[in-house]
Amino acid sequence: MNVVTVPSSLDQHTIDPFLDQAAAVEGARTLFDARHLRWVDPNGMVALLVAGSVAGRAQGTMPRLELPDSADVAGYLARMGFHEQAGSVFELGDRPGRKSAGPSDVLLEITRVSANVDVHAVVDRLQRGAGEILSSKLGYPSSSVVQFSVILSEVCQNIVEHAESDGWVAAQAYNWARRLGRFVVVIAVMDVGRGFRGSLADQHSARYGDRWGDVTALEAAFLHGLTRFPDSGRGQGIQQIRRQVQRWHGAISVRSGTARIAQVPPWDDTPPLVDHLAPFPGAQISIVLPAREA
Amino acid sequence: MSDLPLHPLAIDVGQVLQRTVTSLYAHLVTRPTGRAVRMAIETRLESAGVRSLSLIDLSEVTILDFSCADEVVAKLLQRYEDTTRHEVFFVFRGVHEPHRDQVEYVLERQGLVAVAETAPRTFELLGLRSDAEDRAWRSLEALRVVVPADPEGSLPDELGDGAFEELLRRRVAFRSPISGRVHALSHLVDHLL
Repeated sequence: MNVVTVPSSLDQHTIDPFLDQAAAVEGARTLFDARHLRWVDPNGMVALLVAGSVAGRAQGTMPRLELPDSADVAGYLARMGFHEQAGSVFELGDRPGRKSAGPSDVLLEITRVSANVDVHAVVDRLQRGAGEILSSKLGYPSSSVVQFSVILSEVCQNIVEHAESDGWVAAQAYNWARRLGRFVVVIAVMDVGRGFRGSLADQHSARYGDRWGDVTALEAAFLHGLTRFPDSGRGQGIQQIRRQVQRWHGAISVRSGTARIAQVPPWDDTPPLVDHLAPFPGAQISIVLPAREA
Repeated sequence: MSDLPLHPLAIDVGQVLQRTVTSLYAHLVTRPTGRAVRMAIETRLESAGVRSLSLIDLSEVTILDFSCADEVVAKLLQRYEDTTRHEVFFVFRGVHEPHRDQVEYVLERQGLVAVAETAPRTFELLGLRSDAEDRAWRSLEALRVVVPADPEGSLPDELGDGAFEELLRRRVAFRSPISGRVHALSHLVDHLL
């Protein structure tokens, strides 16, 4: 059996090595060992689901997931609806923790996205409390829930229209006291579909010749708004997400295949482009929106 | 006979969304939803006569994403922009702060222009336009109606150049084929508000 050790902290800073590790497994069934997980954010949770999906698809059998020993982490996973989604990806180890009934900063529990009806469901859910969290934790105006919903709608539509595979989305507010001294909202949207290079190849690869690859495909879509559709009204989703994230001084990064591209605000030290990652299917998008500075 | 041979039509997009697409969808998001709403609007326009003035009301829409703005605003305008068989003039109502960014962006991206109510009883010209077109439109908006062939020569300078003709060509102003008078679209939808 292959063993993928889940790091003790799984968030947007550590998901790439984790996904690289998951991409490399082949042959025998995989065990994802998350027993020592101490901290996980929406990126980490959704990354676990996509990693498990890829392993299951490659090996033709459901991987096994050993759930975290930490009661806090188990409770948090339960609160985010992780176990409901993980049940279709993993054979789960121990019995899942119970959902906490206390107040929560969850904007959006982990939600599977495979069709347009799921995008409507995501937008509906955001109207039930996301505005209060954006306002109280980030200091955004109450109307910001509209733009926030538009971002989520567009980014989830990317899965439906381009991935040709399922994906997941989740969002949560945190106090990044040590890292930034402010609250942030973390959004993760990931799929295991054909990725940016696969989506754009038929229409655009020829003009790039030998340069065509994950980096050029990501740059074409992320920076220049290229899309596989000839309609000039298409390809605007990712551009508008970038624009709104920039207005809120946030960060956005997209991994697809062997590359990750990012729009980096001054407070973040993420490199704007990373290449030579392990080839991982689909697209993995991470967005961080910081609280307004007082 | 009226100086305004225009068939007026008010279309509540919120109602179209609920009645045409599905009552389960409360928001104008996803491209297939936008496409279905646009096609329902086009069906209603087909029965509106050869020359119509349509007030497309977004007031009851809570969330409008870019895909739907492209379908329900930009593609709707494109569908009729060069047709003479069916001359349609549009005013978009309820393009308030939550929707404005999406509507402006899709108009500019598609090289279009439209008259929009951006606050109660406040109209603006949105989309891709020249400074001269903008000035001409504002001038017409202030006057509400002008007579281009006015022998008194009282037309403001802004309305004397090619920009004015461009507003007519782009259907953000209406010239009566009967009197030749030119009307601001906001004035013409007054009774529909």
